[in-house]
Amino acid sequence: MSLVNLHQVHKYYGDNHVLKGIDLDIKAGEVVSIIGKSGSGKSTLLRCINGLEQYQEGGITVDGKEVTTEDIQVRRLALSVGMIFQNFNLFPHMTVGENVMLAPTIVLKKSKAEAETTARAMLEKVGLADKFDSFPEKLSGGQQQRVAIARALAMSPKVLLCDEITSALDPELVGEVLKVLEQLAKEGITLVLVTHEMNFARDVGSRVVFMHQGKVWEQGDSKTLLSNPQTDELKQFIGAVL
Amino acid sequence: MIEFSNYDILRNLMFATQWTILLSLAAFIGGTTVALTLTAMRLTRNPAMQRIVRVYVELFQGTPLLMQMFLCFFGLSMLGYEISAWGAAILSLTLFTSAFLVEIWRGCIDTLPKGQWEASRCLGLSFLQTLRHIILPQAIRVATAPTVGFSVQVIKGTALASVIGFVELTKVGTMLNNATFEPFKIFTLVALIYFMLCYPLSLYSKHLEKKFNVSR
Ligand SMILES: Nc1ncnc2c1ncn2[C@@H]1O[C@H](COP(=O)(O)OP(=O)(O)O)[C@@H](O)[C@H]1O
Ligand SMILES: [Mg+2]
Repeated sequence: MSLVNLHQVHKYYGDNHVLKGIDLDIKAGEVVSIIGKSGSGKSTLLRCINGLEQYQEGGITVDGKEVTTEDIQVRRLALSVGMIFQNFNLFPHMTVGENVMLAPTIVLKKSKAEAETTARAMLEKVGLADKFDSFPEKLSGGQQQRVAIARALAMSPKVLLCDEITSALDPELVGEVLKVLEQLAKEGITLVLVTHEMNFARDVGSRVVFMHQGKVWEQGDSKTLLSNPQTDELKQFIGAVL
Repeated sequence: MIEFSNYDILRNLMFATQWTILLSLAAFIGGTTVALTLTAMRLTRNPAMQRIVRVYVELFQGTPLLMQMFLCFFGLSMLGYEISAWGAAILSLTLFTSAFLVEIWRGCIDTLPKGQWEASRCLGLSFLQTLRHIILPQAIRVATAPTVGFSVQVIKGTALASVIGFVELTKVGTMLNNATFEPFKIFTLVALIYFMLCYPLSLYSKHLEKKFNVSR
């Protein structure tokens, strides 16, 4: 059964037709890389899936439930969809531990002790067990992004959406974040990531979706698609990034 | 005519200063309370609420405080609501203070990245939870310095209450001047007292600003 399903989704910003009939079906355990030129609608697509943006036509379901931007719906959705942003969006006035514990305590109503156990386990998973009491500003970009991943994982999401989460990092810090993602993929978490890391998409991803001008232009098994693109647009795109 | 010694003058001014401080405090507390409510209204995504706040701010920022005081005092009595000079002064200063604080705080909240709201939403926090746990703690840090800075305007604004007959520092200064005909001495003293009230607040505001900038 599909975990995330988009059916003929259209999205407009005013007159700007940004998503032009997206059909996409993602099953549990898949690692889907979304690639494409800047402005092709990749971020908008992710933001529609988690209810941050409204879409005008079509339908999106996550785990069988319809996605809308109604507050109450988004909050229910947040229980199954985690999101990691390009610029981390950690809460700067809280320690790393508090960042990870916040939503489990006030949204899932877990006890402090229980939330702390989860938080420590998640930070351990991303290799930052010793940073529990640090403030985000004391961490490197790569570490901050790993905290953001731990924060999302603490809500035990069914699917994790990642929007260019290594793009704001210095090159030497990209690897540590990708390694965490690879680990998550191995554990069977469903990942949907917008990325420019072609090697990662090919080696770790199970599927690649190429977006062009607001459409899913071409998609398929990651190794096959990247080594043997069918459309001229994808050939050009691969040529440009490699 | 009664003779006023320097001691008498100073004693009277000091006594009046208490009323200036009290009126400032009342206006500041009232203004803060109203401004908090208005800020919450502005942050809801309800267009009607936001329009109310916008009109309120335009109205009370766009007219002289003195006119607001006149309207509160004379206007309300003409409409049949008896209001004391004290009540009218507090009411108009509260309106004035809140209109400015809402705008100051709006600026502070808007400097927080949109990503803070989005991350909270993606973690399942409600609007009020986001406000309480994420937005306010950060906004308060940014807002303290300009808010303390604005309190100086409130203190100076209380001087206008003398015009509707509220007996505070400026009013007593005027009365003493009428009795002694020593305007230079009297008003220098009055100005000095205002300065001693305001200057520490300005200094404190600057200190807070610096502290905040360093901690960023
Ligand atoms: N908040 C917004 N308001 C208006 N237009 C937007 C907004 N966000 C994105 N767009 C427009 O939508 C299109 C797709 O943007 P985006 O989804 O960010 O592309 P990508 O992530 O692939 O670079 C672009 O034309 C962009 O200008
Ligand atoms: Mg983007």
